Amino acid sequence: MARTRKGEAPTEKGADTGVNAFVGKEELLKFYQDMLLIRRFEERAGQLYGMGLIGGFCHLYIGQEAIAVGMQSIQHKGDQIITGYRDHGHMLAAGMDPKEVMAELTGRAGGSSRGKGGSMHMFDIETGFYGGHGIVGAQVALGTGLALANHYKGNGNVSYAYFGDGAANQGQVYESFNMAQLWKLPVVYVIENNQYAMGTSVERSASETAFHKRGVSFRIPGEEVDGMDVVAVREAGARASEHARSGQGPYILEMKTYRYRGHSMSDPAKYRTKEEVDEVKTTRDPIDHIKERLAAAGVTEDDLKTVDGEVKRIVAEAAEFARTSPEPDPSELYTDVYLEAAE
Amino acid sequence: MTDILMPALSPTMEEGTLAKWLVKEGDTIKAGDVIAEIETDKATMEVEAVDEGVIEAILVPAGSENVKVNTLIAKLAGEDGASASAPAAAAPAAEAAPAAAPVAAAAPAPIAASAFADPELPEGTPTKKITVRDALRDAMAEEMRRDDRVFLMGEEVAQYQGAYKVSRELLQEFGDKRVIDTPITEHGFAGMGVGAAMAGLKPIVEFMTWNFAMQAIDHIINSAAKTLYMSGGQIKSSIVFRGPNGAASRVGAQHSQDYAAWYGNIPGLKVIAPYDAADAKGLLKAAIRDPNPIVFLEHEMMYGHEFDIPDVEDYVVPIGKAKVRRQGTDVTLVAYSRMVGFALQAAEALAAEGILAEVVDLRTIRPMDHATVLESVKKTNRLVTVEEGWGPMGVGAEIVARITEFGFDYLDAPPLRVHQEDVPLPYAANLEALSLPSVDKIVKAAKAVCYR
Repeated sequence: MARTRKGEAPTEKGADTGVNAFVGKEELLKFYQDMLLIRRFEERAGQLYGMGLIGGFCHLYIGQEAIAVGMQSIQHKGDQIITGYRDHGHMLAAGMDPKEVMAELTGRAGGSSRGKGGSMHMFDIETGFYGGHGIVGAQVALGTGLALANHYKGNGNVSYAYFGDGAANQGQVYESFNMAQLWKLPVVYVIENNQYAMGTSVERSASETAFHKRGVSFRIPGEEVDGMDVVAVREAGARASEHARSGQGPYILEMKTYRYRGHSMSDPAKYRTKEEVDEVKTTRDPIDHIKERLAAAGVTEDDLKTVDGEVKRIVAEAAEFARTSPEPDPSELYTDVYLEAAE
Repeated sequence: MTDILMPALSPTMEEGTLAKWLVKEGDTIKAGDVIAEIETDKATMEVEAVDEGVIEAILVPAGSENVKVNTLIAKLAGEDGASASAPAAAAPAAEAAPAAAPVAAAAPAPIAASAFADPELPEGTPTKKITVRDALRDAMAEEMRRDDRVFLMGEEVAQYQGAYKVSRELLQEFGDKRVIDTPITEHGFAGMGVGAAMAGLKPIVEFMTWNFAMQAIDHIINSAAKTLYMSGGQIKSSIVFRGPNGAASRVGAQHSQDYAAWYGNIPGLKVIAPYDAADAKGLLKAAIRDPNPIVFLEHEMMYGHEFDIPDVEDYVVPIGKAKVRRQGTDVTLVAYSRMVGFALQAAEALAAEGILAEVVDLRTIRPMDHATVLESVKKTNRLVTVEEGWGPMGVGAEIVARITEFGFDYLDAPPLRVHQEDVPLPYAANLEALSLPSVDKIVKAAKAVCYR
């Protein structure tokens, strides 16, 4: 596909990507279930936080579900995902066990890091999920390193590095852009622009708010995507993925999205109006959006109810597991500091 | 008549090879003409004339090795025949040695290569002489041959052959896929190294100096050191961060810091600071094989030193074991990296006064071999620590705390710490020498704990 070197968004969508971006009824239904799982899971996490079962920081993904789910749908086996601290949605989309994720939130032995990581630090090599990183922007350099490893091994895999509009202002992001393009590394940078870096809006923090253009001076193509539309995400993801996988180097996707909740549980989000949030919820909600598509595809309310029930069951089970799993044994304090065996 | 002197072409150059004269006696030269090529231990450099005139005499022939800085190498007759009054060094100007350094004793003599002795090797193991620089290079080359997951990345490591020539000829052998020149972007490439390690590769990340790694310290600590723990053992980072640490010579405060205490503070990291060539090689090989993130602290002032090294295949030194480099009964001197050489010289000076010092080379900062230090103190009952870094919260402070905790009853005197003065390292030659640890300072401290 012809690309300008100016980082401008392409005018046509989904054309000639070599990836079948067509989304059928079954897949739409799967998207719906995955997105709903994230939303219900996060709502329950918020509830458990309120009950004191989850401590520390807890950053919810509600509102941004279409991005993790849409992008996941175009990934190949062996591809890697890495993100920042707002990571629960990505883990669920990647296929990690909701029980283990929730139990990590409650700091229990059954958690994916056996209670030693917490909300921001979960990993699962099996599903290609490389964290879960608490330092804003660190995942961009690390994710580019995953791509360096793919390039080195020649395994045909792509790494997807997710970061927000806030992290996009970190210096190491541009150090990574430079090397990724210089060495044509297979990495897709997914900027989840939810409009606020904690309490600071993009207008107050970014001299160039069109983040998909941030790769221009490195000759990295980029495009703006409606991050509230899972199908649009999938289509753009397919283009980006194909570009990276075919040896053409990195690609930037700026996902325009919105987070419904505060930055973390302790953020009252006074920096934006209730009207602004309500406007997005009523007109751009990603789950409402896919419901419309499902209805058009002939999916009935009953079909959706079946999915709703299944999701409710999974989340209840996860919460119960997270509540009842024991705290880590004190002997875990000194495990996993060093690996013993020399290779 | 103008004297042309052997120029210093790097902060640490003391001598070099006069590889080639590009002029001959009787030639007329102008300022800026290239007159000779000089090989330092790092590079071949061109020497330009500072003055114009006729080459009257070439006093050091081409091919001469070990020509000391400031040696008279040629004489230039001024074009008008008048003789210049002051000698002129060829450009870049040689640093004049401080005429009357008040702390002359602080500048140690070049360290004599001592015969290699390793109790873990059979007696009669053949040895060969090698510089610390080449020992490090050989370690990387051997491990890269052994394991194709190992690769080197950093600034100037490939085409330039290493800023300090530690990676010399690695590009030629392993190609640019495994010897990767990075842009000047420590934060970025350190993070990429850790990412590649998480994906199962074994990167060696070279920092041109550890001073520049402060740009990257977030990835060394937050990404490399902590992730194994935070992931419940799932994500490992088998990665070596290496480069020169501590003070070189006259490079000022921002290029002269010892980071042993900083990284030694971090669980999840292993921190290694070798002294001689054998340890440099054996420990770097062990570091590359180790599945944990390693901070490997080299010393620029040691790169050019030659030592005996066992001439055996696959020489690996275990991480975490100190080495008693000199036996003694009266006082224990604990040091690491370049300071081991200072401690050995101090021990020699002390012996002349009847004090038998035992010198313990820590070799590894974390995990620290407290047992070996304690065993020594049990014997000597007196302790002096030596480090190039600052004293507060330092390596010596840690050792003293441990010995106080576990060896209190064995101490016959309060331990003393020798370290850099509590100031940013000054540039002026005399102040720099005053600030850094010296053989003299170690001798004084050792005598003080012996009440002598």
